[in-house]
Amino acid sequence: MSAATDRVPRLLALVPYLLARPGIRIDQAAQDFDVTPKQLRRDLELLWMCGLPGYGPGDLIDLSFDGDTVSVTFDAGMRRPLRLTGAEASALVIALRALAETPGVVDTDAVHRAIAKIEAAAGEAEPAGVVVGHGLREGERTAHTRELVRQALQEGRAVRMRYYTASKDEMTDRTVDPMRLLIVQAVAYLEGWCRRAEAVRLFRLDRIDHIEVTDEQAAPPPHARHTDLSEGVFSPREDHPEAELVLQPDARWVAEYYPCEELAELDGGRLRVRMRYGDESWMVRLVLGLGGRAAVEKPDELAVAVRERAAAGLARARHLALTQDQ
Amino acid sequence: MSTARAERLVNLVLALLSTRQYLTAERIRGIVPGYADAASTEAFFRMFERDKAELRELGIPLETGSYSAFDPEGYRIARRDYELGDIDLAPDEATAVALAARLWDSPELTGQAHGALVKLRAAGVEVDDQTHAMVEPRVHTEPAFAPLLAAVQNGQVVRFDYRRSDSPDRLTRTLEPWGVVSWRARWYVVGHDRDRDAPRCFRLSRISGEVRAIGEPGVVRRPDEVDLLTFVAGSSGRDDRSPTTTARLWLAEGRAAGIRRHARVVGARTVDGIDGDVVEIDLYHPEGAADWIAGHGPDALVLEPDVLAKAVLDRLERVAGGGGGGR
Repeated sequence: MSAATDRVPRLLALVPYLLARPGIRIDQAAQDFDVTPKQLRRDLELLWMCGLPGYGPGDLIDLSFDGDTVSVTFDAGMRRPLRLTGAEASALVIALRALAETPGVVDTDAVHRAIAKIEAAAGEAEPAGVVVGHGLREGERTAHTRELVRQALQEGRAVRMRYYTASKDEMTDRTVDPMRLLIVQAVAYLEGWCRRAEAVRLFRLDRIDHIEVTDEQAAPPPHARHTDLSEGVFSPREDHPEAELVLQPDARWVAEYYPCEELAELDGGRLRVRMRYGDESWMVRLVLGLGGRAAVEKPDELAVAVRERAAAGLARARHLALTQDQ
Repeated sequence: MSTARAERLVNLVLALLSTRQYLTAERIRGIVPGYADAASTEAFFRMFERDKAELRELGIPLETGSYSAFDPEGYRIARRDYELGDIDLAPDEATAVALAARLWDSPELTGQAHGALVKLRAAGVEVDDQTHAMVEPRVHTEPAFAPLLAAVQNGQVVRFDYRRSDSPDRLTRTLEPWGVVSWRARWYVVGHDRDRDAPRCFRLSRISGEVRAIGEPGVVRRPDEVDLLTFVAGSSGRDDRSPTTTARLWLAEGRAAGIRRHARVVGARTVDGIDGDVVEIDLYHPEGAADWIAGHGPDALVLEPDVLAKAVLDRLERVAGGGGGGR
């Protein structure tokens, strides 16, 4: 929505807003409406020119300014805000329902009370046709991890944990200064300063195998920044190597599941994609596991690595068969 | 929008709110400041039409009517339809609302939620949206979300192109939509598929191109007995948490950490001179498990069951034979 089309709704909301808060500071009001104090003053000046037919001194909206504060002395009949539109009520209520279905964010009881009140106030605009279920995929163990992470965040303490790094297929022990808990696409993450990596990292809660809250104060360095999630959790970087794969129809889900660039549709329902990867061993495991349903076209090193791992696997399996027979 | 127009619109709303009688266009031209500037009657009507459209777009309930068949048509705004009902949120409810308003990852929905916040504040509710939340959930939406929701709410049939995950073909589907459902952070639309003549559920992320509403509003009737959430949960499946089989694997020492964390070590064994552990692991989806184990190549071998061992070897053979690693 542009700033210009936002203005009339704001003007209509301003008078009842000020009526409810006599003597409010102009900069506070500006912050609530997400505009500059200068813009808010312009709005007030405009409202001062508006009123009821007749438009005499007693018909116009009247405001009184005292220093940096403002009050309404005559409202010209604009005592309540405009009701919510269907789209506004939907945007808010659907988000609230999502919140209610996501455990551990806020008190779900409060969310349900808020939903009931907003639906009642929205009246006809009550959003129908949307159902929200299970905002989080987690098992019992992960729920327990989440409780400990919450506790650490609340108390501002560092955590010690044993973490499984899927990209490298390895377990590591780390001490982390927690920054926030994130839920992205139904998966919960701890964002924190990893003292081992000396960087901000996201940790999937279902990959934390053991966690304890320490007595140490959490102290992320001042330069620690929140992760940019606008592109999702894994944002491929320019310096990551690129692979080109040809996916058979029954491996096309890969293009949906991982960030991929679709290059071309090929015959037989095959799809050529380009994919960046952080760690070669991860990519090898993916292609190997696809068992021929994906072919590596580029780079050659990756194609060779995949073939070698497969051959090594077969050789060892033959050895196993021999020793089993004995 | 010019200042003059904003001022005119506010005055128009105030005038129409304060009247019980319907005000004719001529009367409005005479009393609401700004319309007098119109150079001609034609220019005035153009201006007035645009203003009416703008007010309706903002959700202002503009009533048209007249007191008798002899009176010309006029306009008014009924206060009870215009005003937001009483609402009072406790602090914890207001916190939830503030958090919900910034849940969306779409600018359009964020704008609408923000519009709702402005009105709630104007109703006297204190909503502090600067509160620092320890948990930041995000609600992801797809481009098809808004048009599908509108179609559900209007009871309109929709048509869209849909691609299944395992096929490149885009098929045009015609659907009587019953509802939009979020299940585990993915969006689905459920309804009666006219082409199949059966209830179906579609994932929004697989809809390509535009969602077109076809036909008249109010046509679609959602059957009472359908529980949308159960329908989607049943279709997306994989909610079964009881393991189907227990497998015995050999894992090279210090390797295959991802498998180890789900497995129990039950013994030790050396294979081809490499030390390793014998482990037991509960498996839920045998096909997926074969992919997962095969991915580890020589680091993970299946001891039993045979069917799993064979599935893993098949995968490795297909790759070694050029299927996976070559051109």
